[in-house]
Amino acid sequence: MTMMKKLLTSAIASTLMASGAQAAISNDTVKIGYLADMSGTYRDLAGPNGQSALEMAIADFGGSVKGKNIEIVSADDRNSPDTSSSTVRRWVENENVDMVAGMVASSVSIAVSKILEENDKLGIISGSAASSITNEHCTPNHIHYVYDTYPLANGTASAVVKEGGKSWYLLTADYAFGHSLESDVRRVVEANGGEVVGAIRHPFPTQDFSSFVLQAQASGADVVGLANAGADTTNAITTASEFGVTQSGQTLAALLLFLTDVHALGAQTAQGIQLTTGWYWDMNEETREWSDRFMEKTGVRPTMVHAGIYSSTIQYLKAIEATGSDDAQTVRKQMMDTPINDMFAKNGKIRVDGRMVHDMYLAEVKTPAESKNEWDLYKILRTIPAEESYRPLSESKCKLVNN
Amino acid sequence: MSMIFGVPLAVLSGQLLIGIINGAFYALLSLGLAVIFGLLKIINFAHGAMYMLGAMVTVLMFNALGVNYWVALFMAPLLVGAFGVVIEYFLLRRIAGQDHIYSLLLTFGVALIIQGVLINWFGVSGLRYAMPDMFKGGINLGFMFMPYYRAWVIVAALLVCFGTWFVIEKTKLGAYLRAGTEDSQLMQGFGINVPLLISLTYGFGVALAAFAGVLAAPIYSVTPVMGSTTLIVVFAVVVIGGMGSIGGAIITGILMGVIEGLTKTFYPPASSAVIFLVMVLVLMFRPSGLFGKEA
Repeated sequence: MTMMKKLLTSAIASTLMASGAQAAISNDTVKIGYLADMSGTYRDLAGPNGQSALEMAIADFGGSVKGKNIEIVSADDRNSPDTSSSTVRRWVENENVDMVAGMVASSVSIAVSKILEENDKLGIISGSAASSITNEHCTPNHIHYVYDTYPLANGTASAVVKEGGKSWYLLTADYAFGHSLESDVRRVVEANGGEVVGAIRHPFPTQDFSSFVLQAQASGADVVGLANAGADTTNAITTASEFGVTQSGQTLAALLLFLTDVHALGAQTAQGIQLTTGWYWDMNEETREWSDRFMEKTGVRPTMVHAGIYSSTIQYLKAIEATGSDDAQTVRKQMMDTPINDMFAKNGKIRVDGRMVHDMYLAEVKTPAESKNEWDLYKILRTIPAEESYRPLSESKCKLVNN
Repeated sequence: MSMIFGVPLAVLSGQLLIGIINGAFYALLSLGLAVIFGLLKIINFAHGAMYMLGAMVTVLMFNALGVNYWVALFMAPLLVGAFGVVIEYFLLRRIAGQDHIYSLLLTFGVALIIQGVLINWFGVSGLRYAMPDMFKGGINLGFMFMPYYRAWVIVAALLVCFGTWFVIEKTKLGAYLRAGTEDSQLMQGFGINVPLLISLTYGFGVALAAFAGVLAAPIYSVTPVMGSTTLIVVFAVVVIGGMGSIGGAIITGILMGVIEGLTKTFYPPASSAVIFLVMVLVLMFRPSGLFGKEA
């Protein structure tokens, strides 16, 4: 019996060795690091509730994969690439973290993905917006899951230009994300026969937008485009309404709005604003069912980022189950080979550049009369098919794409 | 249209006015800091949190009890001021006479706790406070659209600033205060309750921050983190004006608002740094600040 056991063990051991790291779960644990802004401007769109979504995914998956434990560690990125880099370095070099999830500020994601590439670990980015993350900053070690600035510009900016907003003035958050969004908006506006007459890069974060709003008014542009996010956007919208931007005939276009931002503004202030989103909680039975469970746990309705964290974690764990490995390249390959069909996306695909492409939605904020409760905020105007939404691989500058 | 450095004059006048409005906020906030430091020698790092509390209390009183703006303008500073008195009585008093660093660390800790607790309750997306009806709209000044509310901010802030300066520098109460902090034993010998005076002074300084918070509520997102970014700027303003100089804090506040506003016009990316640049320059050439007395 003991002889038998010994033989068996050595057989297993030699198989493992033969196949190398590919067919094993390192340290007998799948360890996920959750990195997000837990206390600053971007807290509500991902933050602690994003960790709840991650925990929901692990619980729904059964709490273990291939009989191995799934562990979570988490940290506040403080919207700082430096802080995040040192956290992630510690995670992957000393604490055996296999995958980093969450990630909001684009500057953080870009910094972190470089460290993941050096250490050959996986990152699944759900919160960030910059399309450059899977373009000039692409690595074989990360996946960009929920949305990016390319479809945001495609959806919102092209809709506004088609309604007659030909000349644009942009208020841009002065860091990677804002720059990326600004260039994507320029491209779409110009492609549709419009023109960007001016842009201001404002510090991130900014509380008082009155100076910038005044300059936007003086420009006389048809559209004031907000290429910023979170509290910057809500502050800019409030100030614009105070200074009568819309009364003086200019249109306000917010290029990135999360459900939590619209909720904070309220239907009264935000009504009629058009926005592009990757997901909305009240789209169908499946999304509502999951959102109800999320709300039970957190007390709020989920943003697209929360839903993306849940969905991507399930996909990640499924890939580990299918391959029996938590090696970054093995898992990423498996995830790329598996179409995503769940409450978050239908027929979603992860491309070689790491971009998960899926249908996006052009939505409009409901009026107070249409809105049945505080979270009943969007009307979906149009589904933007995946292939129309994201940057085609033929235009990609990613080193993983053969162009 | 006439241009100055490539910027139309009309836009420039607008920016100057906006600068004065923001400067009024800086003045109000740095005034509170200067009062607390000048009279009590406490470096109040909880000042930003108190400003935020003023705004939060305004929103919460409205949501829960329907308390209107004018009542909030008195109630919020009163409540937050009372909270300040409690902090002074139970915490700050225990470290009176120690090195400044103690009060700095203590108040910083208090600020982090208040902010953290409120983030847990309310998140950071912010609460909304509807503009009071009488301030809706604005007037076209020719070079800019001036919302009525912003005009009111200038008036209210300047009135309160001037009132505070007058009381401290020109009245008997102010003289007691200054004397009480200079030589508290002597003043107690004269039958003046100095500890009470100190508590009330701290409460008053904090109430000024809360007053600025109420003024800010209708125009900014009211969030638990709104104070932390503002605080650093306001400290720079106080350092530039000269720590503890009451009049200096007011004038520097407005001046810095204008400088920041102009930077936002000519080179926006530097607008968050320009005040610190001024601070560095002032410290190099006038270490005690523009209006500071001793070197």
